[in-house]
This record gives sequence, C-alpha cells and structure tokens, in this order.
Amino acid sequence: MSWRLWLPLLAFAGFLGLAAYQLTQPRDEIVESRMIGKALPYFDLEPATASLPGAASDDFKDGQPRLLNIWASWCLPCIAEAPQLERLRNEGATIVGVAIRDRPEDVARFLERHGNPYAAIGSDDLSEVQLGIGSSGVPETFVITGTGKIAYQHIGDIRERDVPILLEKLREAGE
Amino acid sequence: MRSLCLSLVLALFAFAPLAAQQSVPPAPFAYRQLDNPGEEALAQELMETLRCLTCQSQSIADSDAPMAGDMRHQVRIRIAAGESPEEIRSWLMQRYGDYVSYRPEVSATTWPLFAVPVLILIAALAIFRRRFARRA
Repeated sequence: MSWRLWLPLLAFAGFLGLAAYQLTQPRDEIVESRMIGKALPYFDLEPATASLPGAASDDFKDGQPRLLNIWASWCLPCIAEAPQLERLRNEGATIVGVAIRDRPEDVARFLERHGNPYAAIGSDDLSEVQLGIGSSGVPETFVITGTGKIAYQHIGDIRERDVPILLEKLREAGE
Repeated sequence: MRSLCLSLVLALFAFAPLAAQQSVPPAPFAYRQLDNPGEEALAQELMETLRCLTCQSQSIADSDAPMAGDMRHQVRIRIAAGESPEEIRSWLMQRYGDYVSYRPEVSATTWPLFAVPVLILIAALAIFRRRFARRA
C-alpha cells in the first residue's frame, strides 16, 4: 500500500484541526471605522439637554482639536468612563458629546449624577452621526483635528490607561 | 405557572438596558415600509444583505436592535430619495469596510476563497484525465 493513500485523510485531519483551532479563538467583535483620515461628515444636532448647546460639524473647524464622544445615558460602560472624561477635560481637552437615542431629562439626570465633562451635546435620535462616522456602538470616542478631520477612534469605554493615549493623539491633532 | 411568571419577571429585568435604549421612539422608517412597493422591494433586498453592527450575526432586516432600525431608516429614506442599493452599500462600506455587507466581495484578503475551489477543480480534472488516459 502506497503512503500516498493517506494524503487525503491527512488533508482532512489538517482541515479539522484548523477548524477546531479557530473555534477556540475568541471572536473579534470590534468593527473599526474606515473614516480615519477623512473629513467629519456634515451634521447639525439639536441640544440633547437644556443646559448645553447642540453639536454641529462646523464647530470642529475653528483650528482647535476636540474629542467627539458618542454615548448615551442608558449605556452602562458610559458611566464607567465618566471619571476618565472628567480627567481628560481637566487636562485641557474639549469634549463634544453626541447622545444616541436619548431623552433630555435622562441626559440631565446622567450629567447630574456622573458629572458633566462636555462643552456641548447634540442629540442623535436616528444614529445619523454614528453611522456617518463609522461608529458601531456606545461609547466610542474620536479625536477630531482643528480642520474637522477624523484622526483617531477609541472603541469602548475609556480606561485609565487610555487617557494619556487620547491626550497624545489630541496633541498630535493640534500640530 | 408561578415559575413561569418568575422567569418572565427575571427576563424583564435582564432586558432593562435594551428597554432603556428604546425610550425614544424608533426611527420613522425603521418599521414602516415605503409606500412605493417597488422601492420597498429594493430596500428589503438590500437590508437582507447588510449586517447589523451591534448584533453581528443578523442582517438589519432580521434584527430588532435599535441601531438596526436606524440603519433600515437610512436605507429606506435613501432609496426613496433615488439612491441605488449599490450606492447605499458602498456608502456603508466606506464607513465599516467589508464587514457590514454580507455580499461576497473579491478583495486582497478574500481572493483565496474564490481561487481555491477553481484550483481544486483543475487538479481534480487533471487527476481524472490521467487515470482515464491510462486505462484507454
């Protein structure tokens, strides 16, 4: 019997092994935005709460880089990142919020309870800004240059270790 | 019966964050079909091949996630405004990459999927030819 008879079986076993290995690997659920390096799409959002102005894409073109934070009062990780946004604000970052499918009273309650690091919050009931910018969930934070270009995307809640990275990206965006 | 009630109550609590996402009414065209049946058919066909981003194993036509509703709204208003389904697909792919589309695309990473079956077929034909040639 020729050894070559075993080749198909070996190939099949190799395929099974590959499939078994891939099944044990964690699924990559992060969808990165392809809009990095491109201009912020046009938007003009109503204020999400009475105490703050709304947000428009034109606000981002005054030469000053900003953080664009996509969040919602119903989002639990957004509570976890609130202190980090506060720290970023204290370090000099200007943070513009976009509240996804949120009610003004819920936004106000969230800010009262978890602090308000925002300079402005726009209300996005149709996820229009979110879809326009290539964001697939809350929270996500984008660094926008002073000319309104998307420079960096942070997916998920901002942890302590992400604060210096975001500050650095913000500094780079200002150059 | 009691355990059923209990599990229903527990289920309600489990879905509380989802319920909170829906405190704002869904986008106008998330669940409403377009008046023009031809346009609605185009929209429906496209929606079945677009992936929901928050519930990644479903199409936006199948998903009740609020974000899928917002994507259906985008698809329907853009179709109604005269955009073609492929324009809308490429608009989304410019933002989310191949990921958002279920329609197979030949690209730098996916070409082996298309090339390997062709190669196997050619190899199989070659083997058959050799075998039959020998017998003849």
